[in-house]
Amino acid sequence: MITLNVNQKKYEVDVDPNTTLLWVIRDELGLTGTKFGCGVAQCGACTIHLNGEAVRSCVTKVSRAVGQTITTIEGLSKNNNHPLQLAWQEIDAPQCGYCHSGQLMSAAVLLRENPNPTDEDIDSAMAGNICRCGTYLRIRKGIHLAAEMQRKGNTKG
Amino acid sequence: MNQQKKNFRLNHYVPVRTIVVMLIISVMIGFITAGFKDKESVVKDDSITVNHDEHYYADSTESVAAFMQVYKVLMSPRCMNCHPSGDIPLQGDDSHLHTMSPQRGKDGKGVYAMKCANCHQPENTPGLHTPPGNPNWHLPAADMKLVFQGRTPNELAKQLLDPSQNGHKSKEQLVAHASDGLVLGAWNPGEGRSVPPMSYDDFKKAWLTWIEKGAYAPQQ
Repeated sequence: MITLNVNQKKYEVDVDPNTTLLWVIRDELGLTGTKFGCGVAQCGACTIHLNGEAVRSCVTKVSRAVGQTITTIEGLSKNNNHPLQLAWQEIDAPQCGYCHSGQLMSAAVLLRENPNPTDEDIDSAMAGNICRCGTYLRIRKGIHLAAEMQRKGNTKG
Repeated sequence: MNQQKKNFRLNHYVPVRTIVVMLIISVMIGFITAGFKDKESVVKDDSITVNHDEHYYADSTESVAAFMQVYKVLMSPRCMNCHPSGDIPLQGDDSHLHTMSPQRGKDGKGVYAMKCANCHQPENTPGLHTPPGNPNWHLPAADMKLVFQGRTPNELAKQLLDPSQNGHKSKEQLVAHASDGLVLGAWNPGEGRSVPPMSYDDFKKAWLTWIEKGAYAPQQ
């Protein structure tokens, strides 16, 4: 049995240690907010946080996550009130929505490390998350809005 | 007519004998001075002290030849891709810019959600077009870029020997670097990637030979 700490809860799972986190999260734990996009770490739809760092769960073995802190999109905030989530709602960022779990998880790392990102910072941080619907402009706008919300302290939904 | 022939022979006999004598003298001078001339046109860098152990001797020819083998490996994609001239790593056997444009960052480990270890796992991920892995996946730091891309053999050799450009490595550390985990990893690059153009054992031998035979830099 493998013990995992996901979204501040402990789970016991009976899986091969080489199973990728994506399938453990989705199939064993039922947390289906994290998406399968490519399976080869090239699209970013599967992005989660491992000890606060954005990793691609489609290639990360569950063995790497033992004893670590895992955060999925479901655990980004307690009441869907992370500044990014509020900003996304305000500007209606998603189109089909499939990539946006990963977009938000990557953007959350950016805003934590750089509370006032420039467009260039956003390019550097978000270049690994692709959107087939082309919502990049709204993603950029949402990140700027979330940063502004954080600065003003307006993060309550 | 006979007088003209005689004058002709006289005018041309002396220069010929003179030329022969001059030739003999030149050859003698050549033999004498050959011993003072460098055997190879090489540049020896004094950053690394030559080992004058009784069982060792500096050999610029052998050292340079060994470095030219080392150069082939260091300029192959498995090495050069993480020693780019810019701040984006290279990728693939054709050394194109890494897709998604991850940045070097200050410590060489990437930035924000695009840190190297976010995708590159401690070991190779199985399958084609998946990230190769290593526990220490990174680029050189921004203040010590260790650029290979675009370097000539002379430039690269000098850079490798200069502690201010080689990661502050001493000669002993340079020798040990051949056994570094990331260096070794080049010969286990994951599916779909070529290995360097010689075996690891041959590369290590060439690396050690280059350093131990005087660490000479090729002229060009």
